[in-house]
Amino acid sequence: MIADIRTIIWKEWKDVLIQSGGRAKWYPLAFLAIFGLFLPLQTGIAWVETPVSLGFYALIPVMLVVTWVADSFAGERERGTLETLLATCLSDRSILFGKIAAVAGYAWVMALAAFLSGTVAVNIAHWRGQLVLYKPSIALGIVGLSFLTATLGANAGVLVSLRAPTVRQAQQTLGLAVFIIAWIPILGLNIIPQAWKAVLGEWLKGGDMGSIVPIIVAALLALDLVLLGVAMTRFQRTRLILD
Amino acid sequence: MTDLAICTQNLTRDFDTIRAVDNLSLEIPQGIVFGFLGPNGSGKTTMIRLLLGLLDPSAGSAEVLGHDVWTQSDAIRERTGALLEQVGLYERLSAEDNLDFFGRVYRLSKSERRNRTNELLTHLGLFERRQEMVKDWSRGMKQKLAIARTMLHRPQLIFLDEPTTGLDPIAAAALRDDLESLAAREGVTVFLTTHNMSEAEKLCGLVGVIRQGKLLAVGHPDTLRSQAGGPRVEIIGRGFNENLLALLQAEPEVSAAEMHNGHLSLQLCAEKDVAPLVNLMVSMGVEVEEVRKDKASLENVFLTLMEEEK
Repeated sequence: MIADIRTIIWKEWKDVLIQSGGRAKWYPLAFLAIFGLFLPLQTGIAWVETPVSLGFYALIPVMLVVTWVADSFAGERERGTLETLLATCLSDRSILFGKIAAVAGYAWVMALAAFLSGTVAVNIAHWRGQLVLYKPSIALGIVGLSFLTATLGANAGVLVSLRAPTVRQAQQTLGLAVFIIAWIPILGLNIIPQAWKAVLGEWLKGGDMGSIVPIIVAALLALDLVLLGVAMTRFQRTRLILD
Repeated sequence: MTDLAICTQNLTRDFDTIRAVDNLSLEIPQGIVFGFLGPNGSGKTTMIRLLLGLLDPSAGSAEVLGHDVWTQSDAIRERTGALLEQVGLYERLSAEDNLDFFGRVYRLSKSERRNRTNELLTHLGLFERRQEMVKDWSRGMKQKLAIARTMLHRPQLIFLDEPTTGLDPIAAAALRDDLESLAAREGVTVFLTTHNMSEAEKLCGLVGVIRQGKLLAVGHPDTLRSQAGGPRVEIIGRGFNENLLALLQAEPEVSAAEMHNGHLSLQLCAEKDVAPLVNLMVSMGVEVEEVRKDKASLENVFLTLMEEEK
């Protein structure tokens, strides 16, 4: 199955990134220029010394995933290649995991590339005679959280794309979902009682990253597994052909 | 190992209130070209999907290469190749990359992929353009590449849904030769759907006619043609008239007679000699220029079956 997943990843990356021609080739470079150079340099040494970039690197993969994942199944359906793919000997799981891994892997690799280039850029621009590096817990948090958010976005996106008749519709659904998810915390903060806000503020201020990050990781992991399970249940060749 | 490539028993597939495949029982031996004929929407594509295990049957059973379509569809897809309604090519990839991808899917080694890709693309006259993106190709070229993809991993059974659509007459004839040779030399079974009766007549060792999901007839093209009645006679000349037509219609060996554009068409009841009829016409003053006697074509058989089922 691993070889089959690799085959799907190879096709997806080649199809979308390498041979799609035109502007698509420049997207990764533009992304790195903004998130791996411009923003870290703007923020300065705090980019590395404080946990400020942790949340940032956790969100980057989601942004990247949304631009691509809608195409995963809806694109195949729209271009008339889905049925041919389903008529091959690839197992359901190979196709599904391959699609998820292609998108999540790309987003994760790009997030890590931005993380590394940001570290290098900040050190060059603000050289202090020695390398300034992230605390190991923060660095580990960035690597782990970006992976989990990449897979979370990919799982959710594939789930939408599985049933969407067109890429555009999948993109619209995903856009709406991201919008709602982004607004929930803001809306939540506005409607919860003042006392709760104070408790939350104290907890965030007092809690160190060592205790907060594992909670977030556990929540993301659980959500990842739930979405993956739903996607596996919904991946049915018959349904995909008839939809 | 079974000698049948495909065996279905009362295979049925319903879509809500529509029965797309209706109690279809069929046996197709290995190593032949089977032509599945039927009008649009008759259930041909649904049948291919059922046989590939892409759709679950509503009732009945089917085995493909000895594997049950319900429980062993992965094994079926491993040993078959399929060109479905749409060519199913990745248009942003080159022809070479398309074949490379499907070669990887069927776990061919790198050298096998390269050799087979070169062999097929050369054979189909596409080798020089192998690095071009498929999106820039004509419909016919895409169809050829899709056929190459179907044959890439040397499957034992190939499903082809309207394979000659979009091909020029030369390419279509070359494909027919390839399919004939695949079946004859390599023992590959070909299951093809087509609207082209002359193609089916030339190529297929066995044909099935389907309408509204029901199998109306199955057999060798010659057998079906002989079942369709006696020969047709086409007579070209001058002096045909209504009296002669009435006289011919009264002859016991003539089942139908009609005039059109100065020609006279006769449908004979059986293998009767046409000379007495020609003598009769001459005696009535007809100047006969040409007499053509043909067996019923597969197209006649098909149209007759469609009429009978209306």
